[in-house]
Amino acid sequence: MMRHKLARRVSEVPPSGIRKFFDLVANVEGVISLGVGEPDFITPWHIREACIYSLERGYTMYTSNYGLPELREEIAIATKREYGVEYSPEDEVLVTVGVSEAFDLAIRALVDPGDEVLIPEPTYVAYKPCTIFAGGKPVSVPTSAEEEFKLLPEELEARVTPRSKVLVLNYPNNPTGATMNKRELEAIADVVVEHDLVVISDEIYDRLTYEGKHVPFASLNGMRERCVYLNGFSKSYAMTGWRIGYALGEAEVIEAMMKIHQYAMLCAPIMSQKAALEALRRGSSAVEEMRREYDRRRRFVVRRLREAGLECFEPKGAFYVFPSIASTGMGSEEFAEKLLREQRVAVVPGSAFGEGGEGHVRMAYASSLADLSEAMARIENFLSR
Amino acid sequence: MGKEEEILRLLEGDARLSTEEIAKVVGLSEGEVAELIKELEESGVIRKYKTVVNWEKLGREKVAALIDVKITPEREHGYDAIAERIMRFPEVKNLYLVSGMYDLSVLVEGSSMKEVAAFVAEKLAPLPQVTSTTTHFILKKYKEDGDMLYDGEELRRLAVSP
Repeated sequence: MMRHKLARRVSEVPPSGIRKFFDLVANVEGVISLGVGEPDFITPWHIREACIYSLERGYTMYTSNYGLPELREEIAIATKREYGVEYSPEDEVLVTVGVSEAFDLAIRALVDPGDEVLIPEPTYVAYKPCTIFAGGKPVSVPTSAEEEFKLLPEELEARVTPRSKVLVLNYPNNPTGATMNKRELEAIADVVVEHDLVVISDEIYDRLTYEGKHVPFASLNGMRERCVYLNGFSKSYAMTGWRIGYALGEAEVIEAMMKIHQYAMLCAPIMSQKAALEALRRGSSAVEEMRREYDRRRRFVVRRLREAGLECFEPKGAFYVFPSIASTGMGSEEFAEKLLREQRVAVVPGSAFGEGGEGHVRMAYASSLADLSEAMARIENFLSR
Repeated sequence: MGKEEEILRLLEGDARLSTEEIAKVVGLSEGEVAELIKELEESGVIRKYKTVVNWEKLGREKVAALIDVKITPEREHGYDAIAERIMRFPEVKNLYLVSGMYDLSVLVEGSSMKEVAAFVAEKLAPLPQVTSTTTHFILKKYKEDGDMLYDGEELRRLAVSP
């Protein structure tokens, strides 16, 4: 009955490629999964303990729509300290239910029906569907392994039309692990200014970089007023299940986002906000420890994959590798399915991240070295057959 | 972090990592890693490789006691001579000189309460420099050498996620 009543905007969006693969994996036993998009660390204990304490003290109510004032203050302080970008905790910081909500709010606050949203591809799975749900039109901008999956200004320029309004950036990148340095981002900023675009920059992996320090897009000359800067706690502090993130931007856009947030969500859960506060105040050594651990695994996995005969660009951020599987002659879905069935290793087919991801698979190295070692041995077996 | 320190940190976390795995992580050849580890072993930086065992799971009850020992220090030797004498007993697992109400903290292990009590009564307490002992039998071990000895916490992740 309801099938015919569903909104076309929603029913026309195909089911997630990740979801489909999840169902496949669930039916195979003894799988080593490199298909995860989250850390293998449990949230550091001092953060969990702070949340328990806040519950004991009775923090169980709504907060301000914008989020707890002390958390907004701490976010503003941390952003200034890390990157020198200043936001007023009063009206330029919005605490959200993960960066996922923040992205949805930003798109809905900025996009009118028919507006075009430029999205570098391979892309994180949520950007296109959220754009469509908001009535916008996603426009893919290809990136390639040869260019280390960086967004090139000429590729962007070639896809700009009079309807272009928003550019989505996500560096360090999921699924490729690509990063962009200051000079490369400045070249993008020139295009942004020339065509009067606004940028939604999802920088959730900012603390997980392995060569050179992360550069927020909003820190570039003139970009603060053109950028909605998104970040959160899931990846840096191993807090995925807490669903807690934030948006930074000029007061007008933050207020518009808050308007949607106050009716759709009211506020982020107070216990997660309390935990996030503790993370910002005392979590930096735990972040650094986890980053070092990821870096060890990254080097191990890249070397093993190359030895096994897969072309693999060395990612400089996040916790993914995105090797090419072109040499096997298989498509990415076929590769992932066969690898799962024959060797019980789960990876995500690149096609789940847009057409530009075809010919690659995403492997997360957020697993113990022992598991990664076993997974690499199985992949070698698979490739040498 | 230097290559040596990196190797030591890896081995400290998991002493069974292969030289091949370590080589990939630190970016050296397997031969170079084997050579470095050998040097670290020979120079005594790596003391030995051990396994963290939860004996209780096997039902093999071991009895351990923490013993506070008061000492009369000796001229010229202070506490060192008596400490060196005590640490040679194989029953002694840990030995520390501490500040506060007593001087030496001794962890003793044995296969029964009787055995531990006998060690204290026959070996430790009769030493002429020992003026008193207080024995605390350990009732339950929760954490040892940084490792939690219980299964209350595990990683619960979806196999595939965005």
